[in-house]
Amino acid sequence: MKSYIEPEFIVERDDQKCIRCKVCINQCTYDTHYYDPEDDVIRSRDENCVNCHRCVVFCPTKAITIKRNTTRYTENWHWTQEVITAIKKQAESGGVILTGMGCDKPHYTYWDKILLNASQVTNPSIDPLREPMELRTFLGPKPDKLELELENGDVVLKTKLSPQLCVETPILFAAMSYGAVSFNVHLALARAAAQFGTLMNTGEGGLDKRLYKYGDHIIVQVASGRFGVSLDYLNVGAAIEIKIGQGAKPGIGGHLPGEKVTVEISRTRMIPVGTDALSPAPHHDIYSIEDLHQLIYALKEATDYIKPVGVKIAAVHNSAAIASGMVRAGADFIVLDGVRGSTGAAPKVIRDNVGIPIELALASVDQRLREEGIRNKTSIIVSGGIRGSADIVKAIALGADAVYIGTAALVAIGCTLCQKCYTGKCPWGIATTDPWISKRVNPDIAARRLVNLLQAWSLEIKEMMGGMGINSIESLRGNRSQLRGVGLTDTELKILGIKMAGE
Amino acid sequence: MNFTTLLNNPYNDDKVIDACGLFGMMDLTGRCFGSKDPIKAISNMRERGNGLGGGFAIYGLYPEHKDDYAFHIMYLNTEAKEKVERLLSQNFDVVEAEEMPTNPKANVWNPPLIWRYFLQPKKSAVKGQQDDEYVFYNVMRINTESDGAFVFSSGKNMGVFKGVGFPEDIAEYFCLDEYEGYLWVCHGRFPTNTPGWWGGAHPFSILDWVVVHNGELSSYGANRRFLEMYGYHCTMQTDTEVMVYALDLLVRRHKLPMEVAAKILAPPLWIEIDTMEPSKKEVYTALRQCYGSLLMNGPFTIIAARTGEMIGLTDRIKLRPLTAGIKGDLLFLSSEESAIRAVAPNLDKVWSPRGGELVIGRLKTIRAPEIVAPEVGRSRAI
Repeated sequence: MKSYIEPEFIVERDDQKCIRCKVCINQCTYDTHYYDPEDDVIRSRDENCVNCHRCVVFCPTKAITIKRNTTRYTENWHWTQEVITAIKKQAESGGVILTGMGCDKPHYTYWDKILLNASQVTNPSIDPLREPMELRTFLGPKPDKLELELENGDVVLKTKLSPQLCVETPILFAAMSYGAVSFNVHLALARAAAQFGTLMNTGEGGLDKRLYKYGDHIIVQVASGRFGVSLDYLNVGAAIEIKIGQGAKPGIGGHLPGEKVTVEISRTRMIPVGTDALSPAPHHDIYSIEDLHQLIYALKEATDYIKPVGVKIAAVHNSAAIASGMVRAGADFIVLDGVRGSTGAAPKVIRDNVGIPIELALASVDQRLREEGIRNKTSIIVSGGIRGSADIVKAIALGADAVYIGTAALVAIGCTLCQKCYTGKCPWGIATTDPWISKRVNPDIAARRLVNLLQAWSLEIKEMMGGMGINSIESLRGNRSQLRGVGLTDTELKILGIKMAGE
Repeated sequence: MNFTTLLNNPYNDDKVIDACGLFGMMDLTGRCFGSKDPIKAISNMRERGNGLGGGFAIYGLYPEHKDDYAFHIMYLNTEAKEKVERLLSQNFDVVEAEEMPTNPKANVWNPPLIWRYFLQPKKSAVKGQQDDEYVFYNVMRINTESDGAFVFSSGKNMGVFKGVGFPEDIAEYFCLDEYEGYLWVCHGRFPTNTPGWWGGAHPFSILDWVVVHNGELSSYGANRRFLEMYGYHCTMQTDTEVMVYALDLLVRRHKLPMEVAAKILAPPLWIEIDTMEPSKKEVYTALRQCYGSLLMNGPFTIIAARTGEMIGLTDRIKLRPLTAGIKGDLLFLSSEESAIRAVAPNLDKVWSPRGGELVIGRLKTIRAPEIVAPEVGRSRAI
C-alpha cells in the first residue's frame, strides 16, 4: 500500500562540509542516510528520520541540519496536522498508535504557574557557599511521637523506628526497566546513585546480578508481571516498590516485544528468550485495598520487615482517597506519577489523555493525608516530567518528600526525546537491548553525567532554599506559604493550597 | 508609673539594633516581685519596638485562684462575647468572671474588650480527658469558631497581658504595677510581615506555656501544617504562634524533656550528628526523622516559660541575639545585656549562649536545683 504519510523531518546536508566519512550512516539506526558511490555523495531518506540528533552531534564537520518539514496540510485548528497524520497511519496499519516518552501536549504545567518566595531584610537569606545547607532526606514512615527515657543522665531512644531510606538529595532515579533501557544505562544509574548517596529503581524488569553489589542504592520493583521477582531480588534491594500504575499509561499494562528479550533479558526477567513480556494491566491478585495490604505484608514478611515497601500509582482523579487507603494498607512510601510521566512504549491516545497533572495530585494527596493525621506514616515521592531543580523545590514545598527523575536522567545520558523508544532502535543506545547499539552508552561517562546533574540540581536547590532563609530541607517540605500562584483560578489555587501572588 | 519614659542607656555605643526586645526575669526561689524591674528593663530596649506591640507574662500571678484555669479573652465584638460566654458556661464552672482592670488613660491603640475568667472544667463534660487536653480543645474551639474572640492566656496561676503599644504603655494599660509574680517575660514588638494587632502581640500562650520571640520563621508553613495534624490551629496571623504550640506538643503531650525539645526546634547539623557516638547519633537522627517538621528555620530567639521554668533558645546558626545573666537567685534573659544591667548592674555571671544552646532556669522549690549556667544550657545528656 502506498503510504500517504509525509516525512516529519527533512535532513539537510551541506555538501561542501561533508567529507563522506559515513559516520552519519553508521550512527543512524533507522537507515536514514546512505552513500551513493556513483555520485560520491551521501543522501538521506527523510521519512526514516526521527530527529534524534545522533548524526548531527557526531558529524565531525557539522554538515547536517535537521528541520521540521514545513509542508503542511491546509491550516485547520480542529483537524490538525497531527490528527490527519494519525488517521492516515491507522488507515494504513489498522493498529494502535504507539509512542515513547511522556505526554507532549500543552496541558498546563502548573510548576510554571507557581513562583517561589525569597527573604528580604528581616529574615536574612542564607548564602549556601558560606553556610551549611542540608538536603538529607529520610523516606519511610515516622511514628506519631518518640518515646525517650533517661538512663544515667543519658537520653535513650525507646521507640524503634520503621526502616528508613536515607538519601543525600531528594532526587531519585525513576523506575526504568532493564529491557526498556540498556544494561549500560542501568549500570550507570546504579553507579551514580551509589556515588551520590541516592537510589535508582529497577523498574519492572528485574535486576541483573552484576548490579547486586549496588543493592543498597536500588529500589526493586514488583509489577503485575512479576518479572525477575525472586527472594534474592527482594532481599538485595534497599526497598521494594509495588507498581500499580504509571503516569504515561494509567490503567495499562506493559509490553516488552519478544525481539528485545535477549539472553540476558531472559535471564533477568525469568522468561524464555524471544517471548513477549506482557505485564497485565491489573495485578491479578489485587482487586481491593485489602489485597494490596496482603501483598505489602507478604513482601515485608519475605524480607523480615527490614526494608520499606512502597506503592506507586498513576495520578488519577481520586488519588487522594486511594493514597489514604495505600497508607492504611501499610505503604511505607507512596509514589505518584503524573500525566507527564514517561514510558518506553504506550498507546499514544492513553499517554496524551489519561491521568492528571502531578502538581494537583500531590497537593490533594498531601492535604488529605494531613487531614486524616497520617501524613507522617508515609513518604511521598512524585514523578512525571520533573524538568529541573525549580520543579523539585516547588514539589517539596507542596508536600513531597522527594522526586523521581526518569526522562531528565536519560536526557543527561544523551536522550533527545525523539519519542521512538518503543522501536528498540534508540540511536543513543539508551532505550534498546541491541548489543551493538547499547555500546553507545559508556557507563563511566553516563554515570559521571548523572552525578553532575544531581550535583548541579542539588546546588540549585540549596541556592533557592538559601534565598528563602531555609537551611534544612525538612523546613521546606509542605511549606506552602513559600509558594504563590500566578494566572490560576480560585479553584486551582484552592486545590494547590497556595495563595495568589500579592497575597 | 514613673519608669515609662525612655531610659538613658549607658551601653549604647556597641549596641546592635536587631528587632524585637525580649526580657525575662525569674526568681529561682519562687519569691514574687513586682513590675518595676521588668518594665524598666524592657523600656530600655524601646528602639527595638515601634509601638505596634508589647506584652507581658507573669507566673505566680493568681495565688488565690492557683487551681483554676485563668482565661484572658479578647473580644472584637459583643456577639463573640455572648457566644463564648455561652460556651464557657456550658463546658466550665465559672468560678469568677470580670472585665480586665485597665487604665483608659494609657497610650494604647484601639483596645478591644478584654475579660478574665477563672474556670474549672465541668466534670460531667470532661469525659475521661485530662483537664489540660479538655481546656486545650476548648481554647482551639473558641479561637477558630467564635469569629472575633481570642483566648490569649489559659494557664493556671499565670497570665498574659498584651496589646498594641510600647511595652510600658501596655503595662500602664493593664495596671501591671498591681501584680506580682516570680517569673516575668516581657516583649517589645517590631512587626514586619504580619499586622500589628492586639492578638498578634507577644507573648503567645497555650495552657501553661508562654513564648516571646524575636525573628521570623521561614519554616512557618511547614511547622504550621505539621501542628495542624495534632489539632493546633494558628489563628493569630503571626509566625511565632507555632513556637508555643510546638513546645506544648513536645513537652506536655509527648512528654519529652525540655532539653530534647530544644534539640528539635534547633537541632545540630547533620555534619555534627554524623560524628557523634552511635547511641547519641541514633537519638539525634530519630529526632530529626520524626520531628523534622518542627525544626524552626530562620532567625529566632525565644524566651519561653511554664510554671517553675524559664528557658532561652536561639536558632542553630544564631541569627538573633540572646544574653543570660545571674545575680543571686535571679536569672535574667534578654536581647541585650544593657537591659539586664539596667536592673542588675553587678551581675554574678553573664554570658551569650551559642546558637541552639538551651539556657534553662528551674524553680528550686519545685524541682531539684538544676544550676542555671552555660554548662547546663549545653544540653547535658542528649
